[in-house]
Amino acid sequence: MPTKIEKDSLTGRETTGHEWDGLKELNTPLPKWWLWTFYATIVWGIAWVIIYPSVPGWRGTSGWIAREAVVADVAQAQARTEPMLARLREATPAQIVADPEMRNFAIAGGRVAFGNNCAGCHGAGGQGAQGGFPSLADDDWIWGGTLEAIQQTIRHGIRSNESDEQRQSQMPRFGADGLLTAAQVGDVAEHVLALSNRATDQAAAGRGATIFAEQCASCHGEQGEGNRELGAPRLTDQVWLYGSTKRDIVAMINNPRAGVMPAWGQGRLDPATVNMLTVYVHSLGGGE
Amino acid sequence: MSNIEAPHRAKADRPVEAPASAEAQPLYASRQKVYPRRVFGPVRSVKWAVLMFCLALYYIVPWLRWDRGPGMPDQAVLVDMANARLFFFWIEIWPQEIYFLAGALILGAFALFAVSSLFGRLWCGFTCPQTVWTDLFMLVEGWIQGDRNARMKLDQGPKNANYWVRKGLTHAVWLAIAAATGGAWVMYFVDAPTVSMEILTGQASIEVYFFFGLFSGFTYLLAGWAREQVCTYMCPWPRFQAAMLDENSLVVTYRDWRGEPRGKAKAEGVGDCVDCYACVHVCPTGIDIRDGQQLECIGCGLCVDACDNVMAKLGRPKGLIAFETLKNLAASEAAAAGMAPGPERQKAGMAARDVPRFLRPRTMMYAGAIGTVTLVMLGAFLLRSTLDVTVLRDRAPLFVRLSDGSIRNGYTIKIVNKRREETPLLLALRAPEGFRVVVQDADADAQGRPLLTRRADGITQYRVLLTAPNGARLPESTPITFRLLEPDGREVASQSSSFVGPRS
Repeated sequence: MPTKIEKDSLTGRETTGHEWDGLKELNTPLPKWWLWTFYATIVWGIAWVIIYPSVPGWRGTSGWIAREAVVADVAQAQARTEPMLARLREATPAQIVADPEMRNFAIAGGRVAFGNNCAGCHGAGGQGAQGGFPSLADDDWIWGGTLEAIQQTIRHGIRSNESDEQRQSQMPRFGADGLLTAAQVGDVAEHVLALSNRATDQAAAGRGATIFAEQCASCHGEQGEGNRELGAPRLTDQVWLYGSTKRDIVAMINNPRAGVMPAWGQGRLDPATVNMLTVYVHSLGGGE
Repeated sequence: MSNIEAPHRAKADRPVEAPASAEAQPLYASRQKVYPRRVFGPVRSVKWAVLMFCLALYYIVPWLRWDRGPGMPDQAVLVDMANARLFFFWIEIWPQEIYFLAGALILGAFALFAVSSLFGRLWCGFTCPQTVWTDLFMLVEGWIQGDRNARMKLDQGPKNANYWVRKGLTHAVWLAIAAATGGAWVMYFVDAPTVSMEILTGQASIEVYFFFGLFSGFTYLLAGWAREQVCTYMCPWPRFQAAMLDENSLVVTYRDWRGEPRGKAKAEGVGDCVDCYACVHVCPTGIDIRDGQQLECIGCGLCVDACDNVMAKLGRPKGLIAFETLKNLAASEAAAAGMAPGPERQKAGMAARDVPRFLRPRTMMYAGAIGTVTLVMLGAFLLRSTLDVTVLRDRAPLFVRLSDGSIRNGYTIKIVNKRREETPLLLALRAPEGFRVVVQDADADAQGRPLLTRRADGITQYRVLLTAPNGARLPESTPITFRLLEPDGREVASQSSSFVGPRS
């Protein structure tokens, strides 16, 4: 409750004019050190505004810009790694793996590059994803799991039409284009199941074997062992890119699907990064 | 437990009624500069000895060498931040063992409590860096500017050439000592001979110069300018050390039952205190010990020397100010109550004293705590393993299905070897039958078991691929244990983990 400002008899100071239940507050000045610190912060603040880009449009007298500082920092970091990257660029993946220093750098750098560029489809740690994104950690490779094959695939891509040396294959649309009747497709599918010992209808599988030998064996091999030159997956194992049920297999024969991977070596990634990715992918557990 | 109340003695020349004007009780007390007078005596000698010892320890320890073999720092005491090691003579502490440092600090705290409850503020008065360096700075000040009276005269006198030369010289020497102090601090963190050359030739890193400047600057500021204000206003220890003291602790005390009433040496009917202010003039914190126990008293006992010197000159028994327990003080006071001042009263009071009790529940508890912590630390140190193993199971992918249908898990094994030799280790597995182990980049022994290498004084990392037998019906998670064996088959470490497969 405001009251009259009066002079306190004991201290000689004035009151603030506030009273609470009979208690009056003295108008005690701020401590000098506090006040001067406060003034100093004001001066500091004004100097700060002048020196640094504090208001939109004002670049500050120092010329220091956070964005440019980041660019400089990044350039500095790149300059530090450049000697190593130059070595990685010149070396073949096999040479990198043989040199512990280069290998450690490549695996660490490859892990980062993989997270930035590859994990979107192939998943963290190369675990793969349903719907045609193969696992890179298993021992089943469509286009080959040697260092050279992995490097080739990363550099030139798959069916992306970005490189003349790309991985290219096209499975005919047996069902959709009328090359096989629906019954024949069912028989072939039964035979494919038989290749991995999962057939339920031996008669159909037997009929399918003939068709398989005529239509499929040229790419997938007589025994369904696959052909990495042509990117024809092995059909005898238990890793299935588009599903392992008869329904999935029938769908693939009727209207095949084919994944696309960009050619990372064609203007996307530095050759050193491609090499690092090669070594990293090779180390995930399936490298040959 | 402790219940120390400053015995309040109203002095005739001090008004006790409430102040009636603003002048009588200012809200802000400006610092009264303290001009301690030089003093000689046994306490002062002990204080000099402790000072020399502490300073020598601080400045010399970084220069001690300790051979640890090639490629290792040869400094006996070194906190190696860059390589994350703490070297203390033959002991080498890794960052995860920092609890040894915590244990040492706990020991230090209990030792401080124990010493305080026995002998009062020995730490404050004799060994605290603030006291040691302030003492050193005052010594320099005394050499250059003279004793108390000369210094007061110099400060009040004209600001002439003499003034500036003496003041300038004092501050120059102070800064030199401060620089040596800051420099020595840095040497505990980087190799002493190297960094001292670098500092002198201007080649040290910016961090070194920063900490060198920081510690030098604060030494100069705290020991040269702030002095007793650090103890009175900044330091938390004086505020709660009253809890460590009780009526059986030895504290610097004025025996008022003998000294009061004060008066001229030759006057009749007065006590032994001649009110010469010798005790006040030598006090480094500028207090009057005759006012009783107080926060500002650091317990250095210089007033004991000063008073004893005066008593000796007057031919009276020493000990008017002494290290005394409050219990004895009360006993003497009771015995001397009502007696007329004089030798009889002095004798009666002294006769009522008891030998200070050092064995008390409190001190025994402190001793017990110190003993327990020491034993725990010693045990931890002796049982400290030189080999740690960590197993990290891959999170992505959780498991991999191989082309033959079998399930594979990936693990990262980290072997921390604190010894300085590189030795091989066999990796074995405690798991259901048929699990296959492949360690990337590892050799194998004659029986085909993976042979790992533990890098000397470092961490070695291996990736391990574990494949369950094809067709095995496993639960979603199978417990397994990785075992590390010496080549002779003795198990040296093991770490449990799990093997994860698809949900069945």
